[in-house]
Amino acid sequence: MKAAVILFPGSNREGDAARALKQTTGRQPDIVWHADHDLPAGTDLVVLPGGFSYGDYLRCGAIAGRAPIMDAVRRHAAAGGYVLGICNGFQILCESGLLPGVLMRNANLHFVCKMQHLRVERAAAPFTSAYKSGEVIKVCIAHGEGNYEADDATIETIEKDGRVAFRYCDENGLLGGAANPNGSRNDIAGIYSERFNVLGLMPHPENLIDPMVGGVDGRGMFASLAAAAG
Amino acid sequence: MTKEPIVTPELVAAHGLKPDEYERILKLIGRPPTFTELGIFSAMWNEHCSYKSSRIHLRKLPTKAPWVIQGPGENAGVIDIGDGQACIFKMESHNHPSFIEPYQGAATGVGGILRDVFTMGARPIACLNLLRFGSPAHPKTRHLVGGVVAGIGGYGNSFGVPTVGGSTGFHKAYDGNILVNAMAVGLAKADEIFYAKATGVGNPIVYLGSKTGRDGIHGATMASASFEADAEEKRPTVQVGDPFSEKLLLEACLELMKSGAVIAIQDMGAAGLTSSAVEMGAKGNLGIELDLDKVPCRETGMTAYEMMLSESQERMLMVLTPAKEKEAEAIFRKWGLDFAVIGKTTDTLRFVIKHGGEVKADLPIKELGDEAPLYDRPHVPTPERAPIDPAAVSPPVSNSAALLKLLGSPDICSKRWVWEQYDHLILGNTIVAPGGDAAVVRIDDGPKGLALTTDVNARYCFADPVEGGKQAVAEAWRNIVAVGGRPLAVTDNLNFGNPERPEYMGQFVGCLEGIGEACRALDFPIVSGNVSLYNETQGAGILPTPAIGGVGVVDDVSKAATIAFKGAGEDILLIGATAGWLGQSSWLSVVCGREDGAPPPVDLTAERRNGEFVRSLIVTGRATAVHDLSEGGLAVGLAEMAVAGAIGATVDPLPPGPNHAALFGEDQARYVLTCGASETAAILAQAAAAGVPASRIGATGRDALRLPGEQPILVATLREAYETPLPAYMAGEHPEAFN
Repeated sequence: MKAAVILFPGSNREGDAARALKQTTGRQPDIVWHADHDLPAGTDLVVLPGGFSYGDYLRCGAIAGRAPIMDAVRRHAAAGGYVLGICNGFQILCESGLLPGVLMRNANLHFVCKMQHLRVERAAAPFTSAYKSGEVIKVCIAHGEGNYEADDATIETIEKDGRVAFRYCDENGLLGGAANPNGSRNDIAGIYSERFNVLGLMPHPENLIDPMVGGVDGRGMFASLAAAAG
Repeated sequence: MTKEPIVTPELVAAHGLKPDEYERILKLIGRPPTFTELGIFSAMWNEHCSYKSSRIHLRKLPTKAPWVIQGPGENAGVIDIGDGQACIFKMESHNHPSFIEPYQGAATGVGGILRDVFTMGARPIACLNLLRFGSPAHPKTRHLVGGVVAGIGGYGNSFGVPTVGGSTGFHKAYDGNILVNAMAVGLAKADEIFYAKATGVGNPIVYLGSKTGRDGIHGATMASASFEADAEEKRPTVQVGDPFSEKLLLEACLELMKSGAVIAIQDMGAAGLTSSAVEMGAKGNLGIELDLDKVPCRETGMTAYEMMLSESQERMLMVLTPAKEKEAEAIFRKWGLDFAVIGKTTDTLRFVIKHGGEVKADLPIKELGDEAPLYDRPHVPTPERAPIDPAAVSPPVSNSAALLKLLGSPDICSKRWVWEQYDHLILGNTIVAPGGDAAVVRIDDGPKGLALTTDVNARYCFADPVEGGKQAVAEAWRNIVAVGGRPLAVTDNLNFGNPERPEYMGQFVGCLEGIGEACRALDFPIVSGNVSLYNETQGAGILPTPAIGGVGVVDDVSKAATIAFKGAGEDILLIGATAGWLGQSSWLSVVCGREDGAPPPVDLTAERRNGEFVRSLIVTGRATAVHDLSEGGLAVGLAEMAVAGAIGATVDPLPPGPNHAALFGEDQARYVLTCGASETAAILAQAAAAGVPASRIGATGRDALRLPGEQPILVATLREAYETPLPAYMAGEHPEAFN
């Protein structure tokens, strides 16, 4: 799988994403500058990494969503290519129109960094085929604006079409209450585009690839993508 | 061009310069200074920049070891950690700004220390901090805690470095003067370290980073004076941080350093352009000439005085190889940062400032630093206190009740509410996260890592500065050992009261004596640091608080120990001797409401012997969990291990003597560890042979902590006592444990 990690000014988990790709797929991704207009030829997967692109100024992801490289990312997605937006990357996807909805300030108004359980809502997708539907995985979160919200009609559509990729849950897979770290609507941690080739999620699977550092529950996502891309 | 004000005695006093210091200036330059020159002198000669009260005492500290590449005097200390790698680190205070404006004060404290580290060519890999707030009952405390924690997180999270450890405490002595000490740790190749020393005549001096504004003017002077009731009015002297610019500055600087263009580099921190330019020139035996018309400004109409004293953040000064100037500029433009040649090095040894075609300052550059006043301030030793006889203190409540109260007390309770607001997992190398003894951060893909900690017990330092100073170092050393690290070096952040008062100066001198003794005995040299004096408000000084930031190497992070009990049926061993020392203990303070007696004495020989023994058990994989014992003694240590592992423990009857002293005494050089039951006999025999006091005190298992003579306490109850008070307090409640 040929992957490209986009580097915006203020990105800070691009190295973590690149390391996860290298360790799980054996291939070093290209690092692509935000001001470029094209992706490297033959790119299978675009990763929009975590961080604070443009300092989160204006709104999280708002400026990056309009960066020159994003036209290329939109073309890539329109052609069916895979796009993975993690944390700030999810915010950028929402701002760039590739995913619906918006990430608001966490309900308790605090940045939160901790280990968090997720329920895999849909294994039948190129990002999650290595997991089982309903499986509970443990990853980490680190965000101040991860409170997913959209209008009722959009939420209904997403739910009806099975586009919720992951929900926050407790270790037993139960939803709600303290298991939801940020107030997200319907405990949504990540969603797919209509064609299931674009995924945005707040948690950081790229930080869960090493048994010594929290566990390996994030590997499945990169393995799934590598299998899908061939 | 506006005309500069006339320098009057009032103006001199307003710059924090004493009459005799002004006389010194007149003698040095042979004429009255211009207004800009007065500003420059006030910036260079204040306590914060000149260390005029502390220098003669700091010289007594050990700063050398075969592994020390750079000791104090540069932006940060540098040590060799093997394999061609160097670790670069420093801790610095931002106390006064954080009290006035907690979010920005703390944020720019983090920004400043990160800059110190990457200025030397290092990529930051971890941050820590040491925070001290006033009494939880004080009306400002909650607001200050919330603001400082958000500020530290706001800067570090955005910059993209994990904040992996720290220490947060409370005491009414900090009601009017909190402490915010930030530490940054970076990595570089041992032969690619960058320094501030300029070389070559006629080389361009380049300004990089953000634009200069009027923020932070006289920040360093503010940091060098006591707070009066007007502290709020000083809000405009607090700088405003922009972690986004700093992140760009980091990437641009590291890219530029690789290009070979950089001769010298200095960040603009306290006293901004003045201090950075003077240091570069003075260290290189060169003059510096600056043309302020070239300085990128954020505001119009800034005067020379304002530009020289601005503490706008995220700025750097460099001397570049002329041939590489264009290449350097292209790198900075790519990252969207300002780049301007604003002067040159000269052979005149003068510091010349031009603005609007006029010379605004012309001063001897070396004397600006070298001839700064140096004081041997009068100091009186702190009176000795008598030890407390444990048998003479009758416990006011049961030991179980005392334990629960201690677990929820402000200093001991879980600080999860704090560190969950810090991204401590970014970079994917946090092997031991906050909440244990030392943090462990892996270097690249390992197996090597760093063990990092910040420590001080100010109550001990107040009662006995010498023993307290020793203890702060010993505890940092012990925390590194407790995760399996080899302690290598220290950065210190010396927070004290007004040095012009002999009793406070006595605390400073005493603590330094203890710190020096411990660092020598433990081969734990001090390679960088910061002195923060005048920490007092309206005549009330803080507790003497010499924060110690310790750095060690863990040779194989897969063997690092954590405090959590790992399984049921393991033996619990206590390493180190227990006399039941209650003087200045948390038990005495929290449970009995008394802060008195002598603090526990520190036996540095025992410290080293016990610590090396414990480390040998960790690196050979025989100790399954390890925790150093400090505040709250054995009982709190065991409770923390039980909570972390969600496993209970049963403790055998204690040796003769009062149980409360054995459970809560704060004797030093002690650790609790667990091991497989089959290992116990061999470990105890080995300890006996090494002269290390060790005994089996119980075993892990079941769901409660069973202390001798007490009803079992469920681990869930311990957890609730430990975890709930701080979030409740921050939500506006008044948890009973905080009373």
